[in-house]
Amino acid sequence: MEYVIAVFIGLLYACGVYLILRRSIVKVILGVFVLSNATNLIIFLSGGIQRGGAPFIPEGAETVDPATISDPLPQALILTAIVISLGISAYILALKYRYFDVTGTHDLDQLKNTDQR
Amino acid sequence: MDNILSLLIGLIFLAGLATPLLYRIWQKNTGIYLAVIPLIIFVVLISELFQLAPRESSVLETTMGFLPGMEFAFRIDGLSLIFGLLISGIGVLILLHASYYMAKYERQANFYTYLMFFMGAMIGMVFSDNLLVLFVFWEITSVASFFLIGFDHHAEKSRQAALQALLITGFGGLCLFFAVILTGNITGTYVISELLEQSIHLGNHPYYYLILTLTILAAVTKSAQFPFHFWLPGAMQAPTPVSAYLHSATMVNAGIFLLMRIYPIMGGTMMWKYSLMLTGVITMFLGAFFAMGQRDFKRILAFTTISALGTMTLLVGIDTPDSLKAALIFFIVHGLYKGGLFMIAGIIDKSTGTRDIYDLHGLFKKMPVTAIVTLLALISMAGLPPMLGFIGKELIYEAKMQLPDVSWLLLPLGVGANMLMVAISITVFYELFIPDKKRKPIELKYRERDLPLRFILGPILLAVVGLFLGLSPKILEIPVDNGLYFMGNQMAHISLSLWHGFNDVLILSIFTVLSGIFIFYIRRPVTRMIGRIITWLDHLHLPTLFSQLINKYLKTAAKNTNLLQHGYHRFYLLTFFLAVIALMGIQIFRITDIQLPELTPSPIKIHVALLLLVTAISVIFAVFAKSRLSAILAMGVVGYGIAMLYLYYGAIDLAITQFLAETVLMVLFVMVIYYLPEFAILSNKKSRLRDGIISVAVGVFVTLVVLKAKFLNLETPISEFFAANSYTEAHGRNIVNVILVDFRALDTLGELTVLTLAAAGVYSLFRFQIKTLKKKKSGQQKPRENVDNKMHG
Repeated sequence: MEYVIAVFIGLLYACGVYLILRRSIVKVILGVFVLSNATNLIIFLSGGIQRGGAPFIPEGAETVDPATISDPLPQALILTAIVISLGISAYILALKYRYFDVTGTHDLDQLKNTDQR
Repeated sequence: MDNILSLLIGLIFLAGLATPLLYRIWQKNTGIYLAVIPLIIFVVLISELFQLAPRESSVLETTMGFLPGMEFAFRIDGLSLIFGLLISGIGVLILLHASYYMAKYERQANFYTYLMFFMGAMIGMVFSDNLLVLFVFWEITSVASFFLIGFDHHAEKSRQAALQALLITGFGGLCLFFAVILTGNITGTYVISELLEQSIHLGNHPYYYLILTLTILAAVTKSAQFPFHFWLPGAMQAPTPVSAYLHSATMVNAGIFLLMRIYPIMGGTMMWKYSLMLTGVITMFLGAFFAMGQRDFKRILAFTTISALGTMTLLVGIDTPDSLKAALIFFIVHGLYKGGLFMIAGIIDKSTGTRDIYDLHGLFKKMPVTAIVTLLALISMAGLPPMLGFIGKELIYEAKMQLPDVSWLLLPLGVGANMLMVAISITVFYELFIPDKKRKPIELKYRERDLPLRFILGPILLAVVGLFLGLSPKILEIPVDNGLYFMGNQMAHISLSLWHGFNDVLILSIFTVLSGIFIFYIRRPVTRMIGRIITWLDHLHLPTLFSQLINKYLKTAAKNTNLLQHGYHRFYLLTFFLAVIALMGIQIFRITDIQLPELTPSPIKIHVALLLLVTAISVIFAVFAKSRLSAILAMGVVGYGIAMLYLYYGAIDLAITQFLAETVLMVLFVMVIYYLPEFAILSNKKSRLRDGIISVAVGVFVTLVVLKAKFLNLETPISEFFAANSYTEAHGRNIVNVILVDFRALDTLGELTVLTLAAAGVYSLFRFQIKTLKKKKSGQQKPRENVDNKMHG
């Protein structure tokens, strides 16, 4: 299964890179989105996907055998990453919206200059 | 008492900082009051001089410093005493002189600040017992001299001169820094006293030539040696008191000091000898030669300084006890007469309003004191008895004659330079003070007796000291002897006297003087010829060449920057991806020695594979979708698909978060989609193909990295800790949540900050929209700025 997921990650990366190399800002935003998902998957895979239970400590017990649950650490990391990428995506989206509103273009090549033209 | 020197040096810097305040209280007399500090230092150093034993040095330790290992320890030996006495003594006189000369200048407080910093740094440098501290003070002198030379910053000329001086001496400073670090690394210590005591010599070290080259570069740039000499005449833009100080005891002499200080550690090799001798002798001759062709008194003096510095470099290069002795004596000689002459130039400039010696004549009657003092200083410069200059020149001749194999080069150039010096001395005196019946007498702006004593005290005292030392040179024997001892000449014992007996050196001196007088008689054709040569050389005018070089450099830098910083977002990314693939690709196949546990991959589940297939199809669809909405929806499928994958492998929290985030994002997208433009194909086929190839390469590469990593870290020691302590320590059953809000709570706090900022950003971006709409209605185009500011902020 890991091989399949590895190839899947590769595919996501290829699509993400292709998207952020576009000149249209919307596509770039989509690309960022795909890339962040793909990266999350790599982290997830690094924690191992031997299928285990959810990382909960059962009622009544004080500890749990780590072998029976999936690794909680990558999950915590990814959780943070998802939330942050949500924030960034929302921000870029708003920025893009304003940018188009002000300049009337969505071509990134027009975004060369820091000064107003 | 021991640490009084470090306190005093600190006091100079403090006084420098406090001058803006002090100036309010003391006004025009600031210079006079400030002169008290160097005066105290001078007195302290004199008392040290009397305590100095012939073979001993003392080190004043302090616990203060820039950094551990860079303590302000001050080393007192003959060398540092000679330099320190001249710097502080002339410093007093310069401050007194300046307090009158600068009286009508603006920003006097700043002037004194720079001057005090300069003085403190020079004194700190010559006494410092640590190479790193020496370097720091060295750099402070460069920076302070930048401000002093460019003091008249309204004039472009002086700004340029200051920049040039800073660039050249700054370059030297970098060389010095490099050399100091290398020396410290090789020897294991930066403390000069230790280096001298252990009599370490770097001559056999493989890096010796590098270190020596760097050190010599530092010295010759600071001391204005050929071919770096050109910044010094430019530095004439500084107010005259500064020039007097820069030339006589400080700044340019720092290079000579460095050579002498470093001599026991690096000196005496063939490279040392020949490079310094060659530079020195060329500089010596060229300086005197160009001086002869100048009209401006200050420029004449500037070029004679270059010549004198060349002499000192040459003497250090000749590298015999006699030549080192001559170098030390000549430093004193030069400091005494050059400081005096520059101050005289200031006096004449002030009194007559010009510094062109050919415009002036017959000043003797009107300024008798100045004339006599000038005469004494010029006698010293020409190297005639009974001034100290005579002894200096005799020693130099003696030193040059000691080397039969190179004296054929040194003697003609050296004697030539001295003949020119004699001629210049006579010319200057003749033109300034001897009346010319055919011309109108010069009208003075100030009569000499109206000038305050402090204004002419400097030249008078320096001339008197020069005369006194010339008549009784024995006083100098102790410090010179001590200085030489610590330059590694254990045997040297010197004796100085005015009368050396009738020998070949004396004959050479007489010949020099006679030829000098002869050149003076034919000075008009000579000056004209030199003037013509200078005009011809203007094609290679070094300052201009230098600034052209700097300009070219800046242009090339701008060009390169434009090439790399082209402003096309996707090409930056392209470069980045290609570089990552190339570099990491090489690295990943070179790593073979990491032992990863052999793992058996988990079995392929058909339904998970199907899920991935669907997700894969939607992502490909999103890439090629023609409509915005379908691309966004396909992206949603991708997000949900990945969430399902998380769910399947037991990451329930992840799945929930992903579902939520995905939904929010979809809603946002759909909300703004109305405002977003249609997808347009902005790129041509070729670039799409190129991007496609690169993307596939990146994809393949990432897959390889993931496979190569062999799904690492299945053994999870950290997670074991979480599993064991999650409930017992943090009282939570959901381990992931406990990690987030307890074990790694600060990370989560950071995450929340990011999210809050993003939310604030989104909010303000949308809010501006409303304003824009309102303003657009009233027909204004202002809001663009708002957005730009936001984007940069």
